Amino acid sequence: MSEPLLSVREIHTYYGDSYVLQGVSLDVPAGTIVAILGRNGMGKTTLIRSVAGLTPPRRGDVVFKGRSLRGRPPYAIAQAGMAIVPQGRRIFRSLSVRENLLLPTSRLARASRTAADGRRTHWDLGRVLEEFPQLAERIDHPGGALSGGEQQMLAVGRALMANPDLVLMDEPSEGLAPLLVRQVEQIMKSVREHGHAILLVEQNFALAMSVADHVHVVSSGRFVFQGPPDALSREVDILDYHLGVSGSR
Amino acid sequence: MTSSAILQAINGTSLAALLFLLASGFTLTFGLMRVVNMAHGAYYLLGGYIGLTIAERTGSFALAIVGGGAAVVALGYLIDRFLIRHTGENHLAQVLLTVGVAFVIGDVSLAIWGGDSLKVPTPVFLRGAMELPGGLVYPRYRFVLILFGVCVGAALWLLYRKTQIGAVVRAGVDDREQVSATGINVDRLFVLVSALASFLAGMAGVVGGAFLTLYPGADWEILVVALVVVIVGGLGSLGGAMLGALIVGLLDAYGRWLLPEFSYFVLFGPMAVLLLVRPRGIFGRES
Repeated sequence: MSEPLLSVREIHTYYGDSYVLQGVSLDVPAGTIVAILGRNGMGKTTLIRSVAGLTPPRRGDVVFKGRSLRGRPPYAIAQAGMAIVPQGRRIFRSLSVRENLLLPTSRLARASRTAADGRRTHWDLGRVLEEFPQLAERIDHPGGALSGGEQQMLAVGRALMANPDLVLMDEPSEGLAPLLVRQVEQIMKSVREHGHAILLVEQNFALAMSVADHVHVVSSGRFVFQGPPDALSREVDILDYHLGVSGSR
Repeated sequence: MTSSAILQAINGTSLAALLFLLASGFTLTFGLMRVVNMAHGAYYLLGGYIGLTIAERTGSFALAIVGGGAAVVALGYLIDRFLIRHTGENHLAQVLLTVGVAFVIGDVSLAIWGGDSLKVPTPVFLRGAMELPGGLVYPRYRFVLILFGVCVGAALWLLYRKTQIGAVVRAGVDDREQVSATGINVDRLFVLVSALASFLAGMAGVVGGAFLTLYPGADWEILVVALVVVIVGGLGSLGGAMLGALIVGLLDAYGRWLLPEFSYFVLFGPMAVLLLVRPRGIFGRES
């Protein structure tokens, strides 16, 4: 098997004084969805932030496309082909929907990108608006005026506009109505079909189990399970104790 | 009475144009990087003095404006890069540091240009008075200054609201961390915005030095008034800097005319009341 797109190797991350990630390793092969499940406060968001360089790990290494990300600032990591759909969406409130979507394509964001990078360039403004017709209708509205669901679409669309190899998604279903959660599920599958990998952090057990190729369960900063979703659904103790889900789905 | 009122309105508007030049840069650097740079008044004075020297040597007012602005850009970059950067997000450290920098700049300027009031020479076509409809007579220079302020304001507004780099700056004011996670080097963006702010401050010194004159202490006087503009308008808001400059300029002009012994109160009284009602200023937002 070739080298995975993303390889997290034994990272230890602190948030202020608290020791959040206590030696975590995982791989994300290209074009797959890897989900991290776990209760609140177990280090899921910290894992995403560690990979994106926003809260760099104190020990261990994150290797992306064969290169260590140690010491590299978030913008350089993003330019290497990683995009984030952050928790709480973090839409730029005073920018229009169009400006939000075009931000990753600004010259400042592409400064170090070379043409010979061989990067997928599937997503552009037209394709994103095709995928999210709700956004097309509100293209000139300020991001702050959108509903929660629309903001989530915008956050995903903004990430895709960078044509990343890996999308980090932190709780994309948070606060969404069931119908919209289904749409998020479809979007993730469609993103994978276009060849992007996803590292997904979720509290929505059913959603993560339905889209993921591989699942990790995190508890108190360590993984207590890793394997395919089918295997997890047979681990009654882990489901019950670490996820608060009884029995299989 | 009416004619005086009109003249004071023009006085106030021309001061507003000058204040806007200084306040717009201050408010954008703060909005983007949460950097409080109290040396902006010193940038104003130094830019003015350098412009004065250039104008005296070359006879060109335009060259003085560009040169005064450019010199402050260079100095401002060094101060950002080697001093302010090390303060992180510590506002108290930034204030103390930049106040110190301002004192140093002020003293060096005193050593070079002396303690007298100096006036930046203006070209002949900007001198003298012009007659307004209704028989009012007004200095031509201050009229042109209003036009200049409007043009700079319009250019800044277009840059900020209508260009992609403006969108990146606005996004940075909204959520700096998310901008960097989008692949944008916010530090480099800040260098650009900071250079623009320095240029505006230095240019303001040349433009202001041609009618308010330059003297030791002018840096602090203008800084205090520009801070009122920024606070009234709302930190980080370009529109706020425009509206704030107009309000403060007019208050100052009418205050000096109607209540000369209370002119500072006329400036700070309304600011205090406004802050009680809107602690973040007119266009300030929750952060």
